[in-house]
Amino acid sequence: MARIFAYIEHKAGVADDSAAELLAAAKAIDPAASPTAVVTGWGADLDSVCNALTTSYTEVWKIAAESLAYPNAELIRKALAKVVPHGSILLIPHDHFGVDLAPGLAIKLDSTFVSDVVAIEGLDGASLKIVRQEYGGQVSTHVRCDVSSGAVINLRPGSFKPQENASANGTVVDKSSEVGALSSGRRYLETVVAESGDVDISKQAVLVSIGRGIQEKDNVSIAQDLADAMGAAVSCSRPVVDAKWLEKSRQVGSSGQTVKPKVYMACGISGSFQHLAGLKGNPFIIAINKNPKAPIFQVADVGIVDDILEFLPELTTKIREL
Amino acid sequence: MLDSIPSAAQAAYWSIPGPVLFSVIAFIGLACFAFIVAKRLTPLIRGERDIRFDRPLLRLERVFKYWFGQWKHPRFRTAGTIHILIFAGFLILAFQAFSLLILGISGDAVLSRFSETAGHLYGPVKDYAATIVFACMVIAATRRIVFRPARYEVPAKFGKGHKADAIFLLALIATLMASEGLIEASKAALQTHHGLPVEFLAVFSLPWMMNHALASTSPSTLWNVYRGAYLIDVLTFYFLLCYRPFGIQFHVETSLFNVYFAKLDRGTVKPVRWGLDQDNLDNVKSFGVKTFEDFTWKHMLDFYSCADCGRCSDQCPANAAGRPLSPRFLTTKARDYSFQHYPIFGATGNGTPLIGGIFSEDEIWSCTTCGACEEECPLLIEYIDKIVDLRRGMVDDGNVPKSLQKPLKALESRGNPYGKMEKKRAEWTKLADFQKTCDVPVLSGSKTADTLYFVDSITSYDDRMQSIGRATAKILDHVGTNFGILGAAEKDSGHEVRRFGEETLFMALRDDNVEAIKASGAQRIVTADPHAYNALKHDYKDMPPVEHISQTIAREVKSGKIKFNPVEDADSVYAYHDPCYLGRHNQVYDEPREVLDAIPGLKRVEMERSRDRALCCGGGGLMLFYEPKEEQRIGVLRAKMAADAGANVIVTACPFCMVNMEDAIKVAGLEGKLTAIDLTELVDKQLVRENSNGVVTGEQIAETRQVPAPV
Amino acid sequence: MDVRTEIIWEINVEILVCVRRVPDTAENEIELNSAGNDIERDDLVYSINEWDNYAVEEALQIVAKAGGNVTVVTVGSEDDEEVLRREMAMGANHGVLITDDAFNGSDGKGIATILKAYVQKGKFDLILTGVQAEDGGAQVGGMLAALLDYPFASLVNSVEVVDAKKLKVSREIAGGNREMNEIDLPCVLSIQTGINEPRYVGMRGIRQVASLEIPTFGTSELGVDASSVGGAAAKVKRVDYFVPALGKGAEMLQGSREEIIDNLIGLLKAKGGLK
Repeated sequence: MARIFAYIEHKAGVADDSAAELLAAAKAIDPAASPTAVVTGWGADLDSVCNALTTSYTEVWKIAAESLAYPNAELIRKALAKVVPHGSILLIPHDHFGVDLAPGLAIKLDSTFVSDVVAIEGLDGASLKIVRQEYGGQVSTHVRCDVSSGAVINLRPGSFKPQENASANGTVVDKSSEVGALSSGRRYLETVVAESGDVDISKQAVLVSIGRGIQEKDNVSIAQDLADAMGAAVSCSRPVVDAKWLEKSRQVGSSGQTVKPKVYMACGISGSFQHLAGLKGNPFIIAINKNPKAPIFQVADVGIVDDILEFLPELTTKIREL
Repeated sequence: MLDSIPSAAQAAYWSIPGPVLFSVIAFIGLACFAFIVAKRLTPLIRGERDIRFDRPLLRLERVFKYWFGQWKHPRFRTAGTIHILIFAGFLILAFQAFSLLILGISGDAVLSRFSETAGHLYGPVKDYAATIVFACMVIAATRRIVFRPARYEVPAKFGKGHKADAIFLLALIATLMASEGLIEASKAALQTHHGLPVEFLAVFSLPWMMNHALASTSPSTLWNVYRGAYLIDVLTFYFLLCYRPFGIQFHVETSLFNVYFAKLDRGTVKPVRWGLDQDNLDNVKSFGVKTFEDFTWKHMLDFYSCADCGRCSDQCPANAAGRPLSPRFLTTKARDYSFQHYPIFGATGNGTPLIGGIFSEDEIWSCTTCGACEEECPLLIEYIDKIVDLRRGMVDDGNVPKSLQKPLKALESRGNPYGKMEKKRAEWTKLADFQKTCDVPVLSGSKTADTLYFVDSITSYDDRMQSIGRATAKILDHVGTNFGILGAAEKDSGHEVRRFGEETLFMALRDDNVEAIKASGAQRIVTADPHAYNALKHDYKDMPPVEHISQTIAREVKSGKIKFNPVEDADSVYAYHDPCYLGRHNQVYDEPREVLDAIPGLKRVEMERSRDRALCCGGGGLMLFYEPKEEQRIGVLRAKMAADAGANVIVTACPFCMVNMEDAIKVAGLEGKLTAIDLTELVDKQLVRENSNGVVTGEQIAETRQVPAPV
Repeated sequence: MDVRTEIIWEINVEILVCVRRVPDTAENEIELNSAGNDIERDDLVYSINEWDNYAVEEALQIVAKAGGNVTVVTVGSEDDEEVLRREMAMGANHGVLITDDAFNGSDGKGIATILKAYVQKGKFDLILTGVQAEDGGAQVGGMLAALLDYPFASLVNSVEVVDAKKLKVSREIAGGNREMNEIDLPCVLSIQTGINEPRYVGMRGIRQVASLEIPTFGTSELGVDASSVGGAAAKVKRVDYFVPALGKGAEMLQGSREEIIDNLIGLLKAKGGLK
C-alpha cells in the first residue's frame, strides 16, 4: 500500500482548513492509512504550524528554507520532488496554489495526476475510484486512476468533511537538509492587494448576494434597496464582476473574498463551487432562484423558487413596513 | 443736367473706372470661389462610389417638395417660418444679385428689357424680400444670442460650437441686404435731387426707410453713399460666396444637390459597396468605414450640407437618454475633420482612423436606427447608412463590445441570439391550452401553405413574447388563413445583425431563410414583428409580398370577418405607440389606429410625439443586449409620455417595444398605473368568436392580459 | 480597443497557444443521454474553449507590441480544424493540427507529451494555454512545462514583456489579490479569463481563412513513442457520466409570494438577519 502524504498550506502560523479535509480524504482512500503531513516554509510560523499538526497527523515532515518563506510553487515543486518518495500518493488542495504546483509535480514524481476530485469511492487494487464534475458542475463523472506508480491528487476544498474524532500524537520530522539549494526560473516579486471598495464584505454579518440572475446593471439597485432595508451589504458572484456591474471587492468566492456572515441571501446565484468556496463559517443560507434545479438549493438552508426581480422589491417593501 | 443717374457700376472709384474695378473683383471672387469649391470636391473624388443618378424624375419631384417647397421646415414652427422667409427672400433676390454683379446692370433693368410691367413688379417684391430677410437676420441672431434654444447648444464633450461663425454670417447677410437697400435709397434720393423720375420704392421696405433717412443729405454725400453702398454690396457678396464653403452656410450652395441626390428608399441599408454584387465581396479588402475616405461622396456632401440646426439631435432618443450619440455632432465633427485634413491651402491628410479619433465606439453603438434624425432633417441628410458603415468597419477590425459578441456568436451557431436550440424554435405552439384550439403547422417541402407566418427569434423563444405568437396565430386562424410557420428551419431575420455591421453573418442568415421560405411554397408572408417585416420587405430580395399583422387585422375589420366585443373597462385610456420599423420606416400609421378605433368603447389618446415623430422605445434585436452608457432609459421617457397623455394602457405592435415598455414601466415606478399590451393580444382578447353553442367572448380562450383599473 | 498598436519593442516573441475545441457551455443544454452513461452529443455546438480564446487574444496583443508570431495548435481530429481557423481569423499567423489514431484517448499527460514533441520541433519563446477546459482538468500547461523543464505560472491575469529574456506576470490568488512574478523565457503560462477583452471574430474573417493551409502532424512527424500516449497509456480514465442523486438540500418555502415573504421575514428575524 502506497504511502499517503498531504501537503499543508498555511498562513501567519496557522494551518489552512484544508489540512483536516485532506486527512479525511486520505481515510477515504485507505481507512487504515496514517497520512503524513508535508509542510514547507520558514521560521517560527512554520514551526508553530508543524507543531499544531501533530495533534491530527501522526507524522509531520517539515521542510524549512528561507527561499520558501513565500510559497513559490516552482520552488516547492523542486523541494517535494526531492523529498517525497516516488510511488506515494500526495494529496493537495485544488486551489490557486494547488493548480500551480500539482500537475508539474506529478510529472517530476512520474506519477498519475488527477484534479478537482469531489469524492473518493475507494481503492480497488491499484485503481483508485474517484468522482469529478464537468461542464461547470452540470454533470458528474466516475473516474478510475491507475496509482500503481503513485499519484498526485488535487482535492476540491469543502468536499471532504473533516472527521470529528481524528486525533493523533504525532512527531515532527525535519526534512530540510534533503532539499538542497533551490532556484527557479520564476521569482516572486510582491503581492498586490485588491483595492478595498467602500464596503468590506468580509466583515459583514448579513449579506444580500446577487448573481447573473440580476440580469443587468440597473437592477443592482433592487438588491441595494433590500440591503438598506435589512441593514446589510450587497455582495456578488464572479459573473457580476466580470460584467462590471459591481467592483471586485464585492465578489464572494475562491477568486474573490472569503466571508463569514450570519445570514447569506443568495439571489439569482446558481451556486457554483467557486462561489461557495468563499462562504465560510456555516451561515444561514437563503437561496432565491428562478430555476428549481439550481445547485444552490443543495447547500442552502431555505429555498424559494421565484424571480428575484419581482420577489426582492416586494420583500423590501414588506420589511420597510415593519 | 443729368437725364439719369448713372449706374454705380459705371462710376469711378478713387480714379479706378468702375468696369475695371468690378471686373477685377468679380474675376478674383469667382476664381477664388471656383478654387475653393474644387478643393472641397477633392475628398469627394477620393470617396467611395454612390449610386445616385437613377430615377431623375422622382428626384426632381423631391427637389420641388423638399428644397423649393421647404417641406420639412414647418415641423419646428418658429425657426421653420423664419427659414422659409429667408429662403424665399434669397430666391427672389438671387435674380437681382446675379444680374447686378455679373452684368453690371440691375435686375429690374434686365426684366424691363422683356417687359416693363415685369420690371415694375419685380421692384417692390424685391424690396420687401430684402426687408424681410434683414428682419429675419435680426430675429435669428437674437434667438442665437438671447433665447438660445436648447438644440443649438453645444455640450463640452462635442467640442467647440460654431455660434460665433453663425452670427458672423447672419451679420454679413444683413449687411448685404442693408447695402442693397442703401443703393436703391441713395439712387432714389439722387433722382429726387436732380428732379428725375424716382425709382419706385415699396412703402415701409428697407430701401424706403433708408430713403427717408437720406432725405436731407447733400448730393455729393449721396453720390458717395451710392457708390460706397455698391462697393460694399459687391465685396460682401463675393466675400460671402467664398466664405460660405468654410462653414454651415455652405448649405446654401449644396442644399439643392443634397436634396437631389438624397436617398430614395426608406427602410433599406446601403450595400457594402455600391455596384458590387454580394458574391464578389470576397475581393473587398476592408468592410465599412474606418477612415474618412471610406465614406461615399454623397455622405461627404451630407457633411458639407449640414446647417447645424440641431433638429436631428433634438429628436434623437439616444441623445435624449444621455447616450454619447448626438447625430448633429456626428456630422459637424466629420465636417471639421474634412476641413482640417483637406484644407484650401496645404497638404491633404492621409486616412487616420475615425473610431478612437473624432468618434468614440459607444457613440456609434448607441444608435437604435430609429430614423428620427433622417425624418427631421430639412436637408435630407442621412445617418443610418453612415452608422451602419462605421459599425461594419469596427466589426471588420474585431472591435465589438463584449455584450454583443455573445448574441452574435449564438446567432452564428444557433440562428438566434439566445443560443437556444433550433429544434425548440416552435415550442411556443405546443402550449397545451393553445394547441387544443389552434394548430400551427410547420411548413417545408412536403407541407406547404398560402401564407407563411414569419415568427422571428424573440417571439419564438422569449416566454413573455410567445403570447404574441399565439395571439397572432389565433387571429390568422379566426380569419381563415391557410398558414404555417417555418419552425426549426427559421433563422433570425438578421435585421439587426445587418444594422450592427455584421454583414456576412446577415447574408448567411438571410440565405438560409430565403431557401426555407421558398420551400414553404408561401405566396404571402405575415409577421407580427416590424423588424422582420422590414427585413423581409427591404433586406431580402425576391420575396413574396409581406404584411404586418396590423394590416391584416385592419383589412379584416373592414371586411367584417373581425368583430370586436366592447372593452369591459370603459374608463381605461389607451395610447398607441408607433414602432419605428412599422411607423416611421414603413409609414404604417393608420391601420393599427383603425383597429383600435374599431373596438367599441375604447378610449384612445395620442401621445405628445406620435406617427413619424414617435419616440423610439429604445431599440430591438441586438440593441437589447448592448449595455449603453446613458443617464436614463429611452423606454422610460416613452412610458412617461403615455402617462402624461392620460393613458393607462400602452398598445404596442412590436415585441421589442413590448420588452422595453414593460421594463420601463417597472423602472419608472409606474406599475399599477400603466400597463402594456400588444395589438395582437388586445385583438385576441376582444375578438367576437362563435362556437357551436353560439357566441363566446375572446376572453374565455385568450391568454388574459390584466388591464388595471384606472387610477 | 485599438488593434493597431505600433510595435514598441522589436523583440519578436514566437508564441505557441495550445487550444481545444469543446461543446459551448452557453449554447448547449448539457444533459445525460438516454443510456445514462454519457452526455447527449447530438445537437451540440462546439467552439473554442473560452480560456484558450483569452490566451490567443493575449498572444496577439503581445506580438502587436513586441513583434513576433502566434501559432495555434490543437491535438484532435479534423473536426477540430474549425477552431484553428477561427483563431487564425482572429489574427494567429499559423495553425497546426496534431492528429493520429494513436493519440486518441490520451489523458492529460499524454496530451502534454504530444505537445512537448511539437514544441521541440520549433523555437518558441512563450507557450500559452488556458487555465482549464470544460472538464476542469487544469493540467496540460503545468505538465508541459515540467516535461520541457520550463518555468510555469498558472492563473495568469496580466503579462508584461520586460525584455527578450523575461516577463512580468501576475497570478490570480485568493481575495482578488494579485501575485506578481518575474519569469524567464522560454516559459509556459496558463491564462485566466478576464485577462483581456478578446476581439470579435466575424463570419467574414472566418470565410477569408477557409482555404488557408493547416499542416498536420502525427506520430512519425513528431517522433513520439506511441506507447507513451493514447488510450492504452492513459492512467486516468473516465468511466461514465451521471447526475448525482440530490441530497436533502434546502427547505423549499411554499405558498403564495406574500405568504413566503412573511415566512422569510420570520426566519430572518430569528437568525439575526434584520437590524
